[in-house]
Amino acid sequence: MKKYDAIVVGAGHNGLANAAFLAKAGMDVLCVEKNDYIGGAAVSRELYQDWKYSNCSYVCSLLRPEIYRNLELHKHGLQITPYGGSVQFMENGDYFGSYHDPEAAHREMARHSKHDADAYTRYSTDTMRQCRLIRNFLLRTAPDPTSFKPRDIKELMLLGNKFLELGEDRLYEAIRFWTMSVADYLGEYFETDVIKTALSGSGIIGTALGIHSPGTAYVLLHHYMGDVDGNVGSWGFARGGMGAVSNALAGALQSYGGEIRSESGVDQIIVKNNRVQGVALESGEEIYAPVVVSNMDVKRTFLNCMDEKDLPASFYNRIKNFKIRGSSGKLNIALDGMPTFPALPPGSELIGHADMHFIDSMERMERAYDDWKDGTWSKDPYIDCTIPSAVDPTMTPPGKHFMSCFVQYCPAQIEGRAWTSEERDAFTKSVIDQISNYSPDFKDLILHVETRTPQDIEDQIGITEGNIFHGELTMDQLLFNRPVPGYAQYRAPVNGLYMCGSSTHPGGGVMAAPGANAAREILYDLKLKNTVPENFGDD
Amino acid sequence: MTPVSINTGRLRSPFYPRLAELDSLNTWHNWAGYSSAEALYCEDMEYFAIRNSTGVFDITPMTKYRITGPDALDYLNRLVTRDMRKIKPGRVAYAIWCDDQGQVIDDGTIFHLREGEYRLCSQERHLAWLTTAAIGFDVTVKEETAEIAALAVQGPTSYSVLKNMGIDGLDSLKPFGLIHHQIFGTELMVSRTGFTGDLGYELWIDPDKAIDLWDALFAAGKLHGIQAIGTHALDLARKEAGYLAPFEDFLPAETTVRTGRTRSPLEIGMEWLVDFNKDNFNGRRALLKEKAEGSTWRLVKLDIEGNKTADHSYIYADDKKNSDEIGFITSAAWSPVCKQNIALGTVRTPHGKPGDNVWVEVYYQREMHWNRVMAKATVVDKPFWFPARRGMTPPAPF
Ligand SMILES: Cc1cc2nc3c(=O)[nH]c(=O)nc-3n(C[C@H](O)[C@H](O)[C@H](O)COP(=O)(O)OP(=O)(O)OC[C@H]3O[C@@H](n4cnc5c(N)ncnc54)[C@H](O)[C@@H]3O)c2cc1C
Repeated sequence: MKKYDAIVVGAGHNGLANAAFLAKAGMDVLCVEKNDYIGGAAVSRELYQDWKYSNCSYVCSLLRPEIYRNLELHKHGLQITPYGGSVQFMENGDYFGSYHDPEAAHREMARHSKHDADAYTRYSTDTMRQCRLIRNFLLRTAPDPTSFKPRDIKELMLLGNKFLELGEDRLYEAIRFWTMSVADYLGEYFETDVIKTALSGSGIIGTALGIHSPGTAYVLLHHYMGDVDGNVGSWGFARGGMGAVSNALAGALQSYGGEIRSESGVDQIIVKNNRVQGVALESGEEIYAPVVVSNMDVKRTFLNCMDEKDLPASFYNRIKNFKIRGSSGKLNIALDGMPTFPALPPGSELIGHADMHFIDSMERMERAYDDWKDGTWSKDPYIDCTIPSAVDPTMTPPGKHFMSCFVQYCPAQIEGRAWTSEERDAFTKSVIDQISNYSPDFKDLILHVETRTPQDIEDQIGITEGNIFHGELTMDQLLFNRPVPGYAQYRAPVNGLYMCGSSTHPGGGVMAAPGANAAREILYDLKLKNTVPENFGDD
Repeated sequence: MTPVSINTGRLRSPFYPRLAELDSLNTWHNWAGYSSAEALYCEDMEYFAIRNSTGVFDITPMTKYRITGPDALDYLNRLVTRDMRKIKPGRVAYAIWCDDQGQVIDDGTIFHLREGEYRLCSQERHLAWLTTAAIGFDVTVKEETAEIAALAVQGPTSYSVLKNMGIDGLDSLKPFGLIHHQIFGTELMVSRTGFTGDLGYELWIDPDKAIDLWDALFAAGKLHGIQAIGTHALDLARKEAGYLAPFEDFLPAETTVRTGRTRSPLEIGMEWLVDFNKDNFNGRRALLKEKAEGSTWRLVKLDIEGNKTADHSYIYADDKKNSDEIGFITSAAWSPVCKQNIALGTVRTPHGKPGDNVWVEVYYQREMHWNRVMAKATVVDKPFWFPARRGMTPPAPF
């Protein structure tokens, strides 16, 4: 039986990125994936004939350009096309649009509030300042604040310096920002409900918190800190759907000699004498390697695939209490044509090209969260609806469309028990009905719908509770606290075992940073040459 | 309900039809959402119109706010750093306003139109800040950019042109004065202001009468060399006058992300606009502290030897090796009217006192190849171009 230098469990994009950097360093790497397809939550699937669905993640911005460049992902088929704009449909028949062109964006905002249109300058400057701070740390391992190792001290000093560079006033601003609610943050700049609503969405996407919950301002940042070609905050579509990201990473991995085995779910990570030995597959097969890297979320890794007796008790307990609550669902829809939206002027560039939302007040946003707290899906949800096929000609046959509806909020369980199929249908209906309120022909154009509750996401790709970020992005679970204090440097409390999924710093999203950072630490431990690129400087 | 649609492209000023007729270069750029011509037929000739006859520049896109109400004066006095009590009706003030940290948000002109009625004009948009700063005052701040069409009419024959148009009161109109004139059944406001450092006026009118105004102006100026001009000509003229351009010579604080990149008025040569004798104004505490402790930066006007334009150059101290980097150039030009190699720049204090020498590292390209010179420069404290006609009242017909 062949023995590998490292086994990566899970071919999500972070597992693939991790394996690629290890293979690039000359290691013999195997990536095992339970599904018959790779990519995890960054995937394109043909679930309706001739249609590609980005059936989990659907837009790309966080993917680190350093990794893109270093692994030459363009050679493996990756292309990101920027798109812009968003629209908020309003109950009074009007809409609030946001345009790629800053002047058009200002003019439209001024139509709703001249004050807010001008306030946007300061808002985006202040938010960019927070982005620039966190961007420094995306491709770095979070330092351990209790360690006296020279590496940690050096990194801590860097962290400290970046904060101090802000100056006194802005240091306070940053500290406030990391803990405040998105509603309070927006309230400091804007006075118009629909404008605040439009901007608040990014504070709660994927998060089991409401717009008034502390910590949601940071989540906003998580959606702004990415970039497309240096345009910080821009988003793009991966040509061919989000699977193109994973496929390109897989291409890079294979070009360095790495192997991928699908339909090879891991049942147990084998440990002897506090040292990892390899993995036991669900088929019973055992594969050995001195290094095992888990791309699964930390709950699945430590609570499902390991013997608790092999883990320190308090660590185990902390992992048990790691917050990874499911709060988002998804509908993926094949459409026979482009739906009409009578609120928008004919020929508007917003049609099809903008992110669409069908909710127009902070009150409705908060009510949507109330439903989740009550253990059910939002009856009047926040939907982030995109039509990637309007930009990407490879997604559908010409003239047909793929619509991706990200739905907030949707619980992992209904009132503490499994979803029934009636409830799934009712969830589907609340989404379709909300969109239909603004698009009379929408229902008639539907050819196929894939509904994914957090439960479905967990069942299919193994993310606990279907939490899109592999764990919530609140201050207690960020930086050196992610996933849990003392274990933020990708090393598990078992020799040779590492974590590289989104439960680790800097968190979820199609970023590939956790995978890359974990590779850096593994190569460091093995005294191999580092293959992971540094942050592009941003001063 | 019919869908609301906005113009998602560039707006056109009410003067656009006339500008478009004159335009043969097709080089337009974005100015606060409007199409603004960079040049219309020849940048160089347009510049000389400003210095030799009359250049007409469309300033409609300038952001304009109407400030009224019983507390208008007190409000403005708290907003800006200079003492607005000294600006009587019929007068115009150049002013700067700061955030709480004493950093410049923007500069602009405040027109005291009539007793208690003001117009504030600036490059950037500030309604959010102007509203925030209005807390506690009985004042109304209304954005009126699109409600007023405006032209800058600049150059030595501008007085003759306007006189020829039948505008009265020009003989006694001093720099930074304004008058109201009835024409085309509406009111034309004429101010002796501008961004060229020359004799010149700005005209402000109801947009419906914009074309009438243009036609009357060009008819009146026909024998006085009147020419429409674009932003490039204006930009050269403003450098000669030593005027600052936001985003080039300083950054508006609200748009500035990096710490230490904003500037206080004291750091951009605007100390004369800061009046510590008046009561509380925004940024006062921070500026007092800075005055006591010293500023970090100083804006300098440089007269540079030679003729190689010093765009984006580093500035070095005048020491043995000239290797101590002390700042950088923000605007530079060869001045055709002064025959001088001029620049505005920023240096670290205590460098850059008037009369100091500094060195400028100039890269210039000749037929694809790049060359480099170290050019000596002198810090000057007066505008490069300050003709007597600019201040003469009444102006001469020239
Ligand atoms: C519905 C949804 C929408 C999202 N939208 C966006 C978006 O638009 N933009 C964005 O940037 N991010 C988005 N995200 C977040 C982002 O997709 C994820 O955070 C990211 O893809 C997670 O990547 P990962 O590699 O860490 O983990 P995963 O993608 O979860 O990969 C883990 C892999 O491990 C495999 N696996 C699990 N258990 C086993 C086992 N026992 N044995 C072997 N293999 C196993 C899984 O099948 C999977 O392939 C979204 C997520 C979801 C769920």
